[in-house]
Amino acid sequence: MAAQMTDAHRRFLQVLMSNGITEGSEARKLHQHCCETDKVYYAHDKLDDFISTINSHLQPLFMQIRKGISEDDGRAHYAVVNLAETEVTKMASDYTEMELELFRKTMDLIILSENGFASSTDILNLADQLKTKKMKKKEAEQVLKVFVEDKWLSEKNGEYTLHTRCIIEMEQYILSNYQDVARKCNICHSLAIQSQVCESCGIGMHLPCVRKYFRGQAEPRCPKCNEFWYCDTPGVSRMGSQTHHRAPLLVVDDAS
Amino acid sequence: MSQRKRSKGFGSSQMTDGEDDFIPTQTERRSQDQVNQKVSELVQFLLVKDQKKIPIKRADMLKNVIREYRDAYSEIVNKAGKTLQEVFGLQLVEIDSKRHTYILINNLPCAEGKYLCRDEEKEKMGLLLIILSFIFMKGNSVKDSALWEFLHLLRVYPGRQHQVFGDVRKLVTEEFVRQKYLEITPIPLTDPQEFKYQWGPRAEKEISKKDVLNAVAKIQGKDPTFWSSQYSEAEATR
Repeated sequence: MAAQMTDAHRRFLQVLMSNGITEGSEARKLHQHCCETDKVYYAHDKLDDFISTINSHLQPLFMQIRKGISEDDGRAHYAVVNLAETEVTKMASDYTEMELELFRKTMDLIILSENGFASSTDILNLADQLKTKKMKKKEAEQVLKVFVEDKWLSEKNGEYTLHTRCIIEMEQYILSNYQDVARKCNICHSLAIQSQVCESCGIGMHLPCVRKYFRGQAEPRCPKCNEFWYCDTPGVSRMGSQTHHRAPLLVVDDAS
Repeated sequence: MSQRKRSKGFGSSQMTDGEDDFIPTQTERRSQDQVNQKVSELVQFLLVKDQKKIPIKRADMLKNVIREYRDAYSEIVNKAGKTLQEVFGLQLVEIDSKRHTYILINNLPCAEGKYLCRDEEKEKMGLLLIILSFIFMKGNSVKDSALWEFLHLLRVYPGRQHQVFGDVRKLVTEEFVRQKYLEITPIPLTDPQEFKYQWGPRAEKEISKKDVLNAVAKIQGKDPTFWSSQYSEAEATR
């Protein structure tokens, strides 16, 4: 029999769910707060045990608190996810069919892109091609805003990528539905949406992983083919300076 | 354990006893696994729907989740309620027994500090608490004109965009009402039509009158017992 849940566990779970996604240090503070509020045993290094108690009770419901790494800064984040292979239609919110279709198409653009970003112009151009019902550009703009607020997408200078929450929740779905396109990071072996790609052998790496890997190396070389790594020096933002384009040769139908 | 105690009272009053479609032999007709599958689906459904705090209709549960398990409806809803209680600290409450609508209310003891609600929600909840306090201190019911006059003092005007609340009239008369925090009823035989504002069922379940009274007393620098009828009501509903 799994460890009993206390009100501290329930409180932690409630806040995590209402946050959508919680950064690691925030989660540690929350752990302490919950244990103190509900007067249960607290040890600062026992967050993992605390979470696995909750997870043992979430498991029969096909839910789980999962940890993921942000592609921006490499920091750990926690989110409550649906375990049954999450499809776009099961995203934890009640979006309309039309909104979900726009999300699916946006996800296609992002995943098929070279650097993991899709421009707002490209996304808004999808709006009147929706099968469910055409959407006005204005409406689509509003929907994109909601996706960002709900932490499914994140936006930088008019370019959109998948939010860490979305990646934590849908990693399995993306890996199985975009098998030939979705890249895995050569360092941490998890899904890489925003990544740098080797110009000669085509492997991808997360930016934070690139930074870590090349730290202290005289000359950046690809970990696989040992060719010189031509991408911008890690740490320097590539966004903005680089125009984004879709990967060539990839003409893939809807993931649906 | 504390949650055992709390979950006991559950299922008796809030649940739909005496449903016309209640069939006592339901467990024999469905395997336990199938029923449990429906229970998890219903829990997820309720959690998603609850995000916007809009009451959930029984008809929607039947249509979207329970479907062909209609005969096991009571069992599935009871079990989902028990799980929500034990795992999430949320209580499934039927707030309208005629129309069969449910809400989830937070059952954990109130916490202090920053984790009460999402950041975006905080300001709105602040306004709501002020309105609820006003209603409570005025004897549990106020006219619309009195409420807006009071809000006027706080520079919150119904006709104007507020920089934090946006369309305040919409927030108060639509959003808070839909979320069942407020109840607005027309006062008969008034021309022009007047309305009275009262606490809605969600407010009654989620918000402690004692906390409200204590906060008001603190602001006014008086002892809570100064307001004797509010004080006895707060003590009684605690």
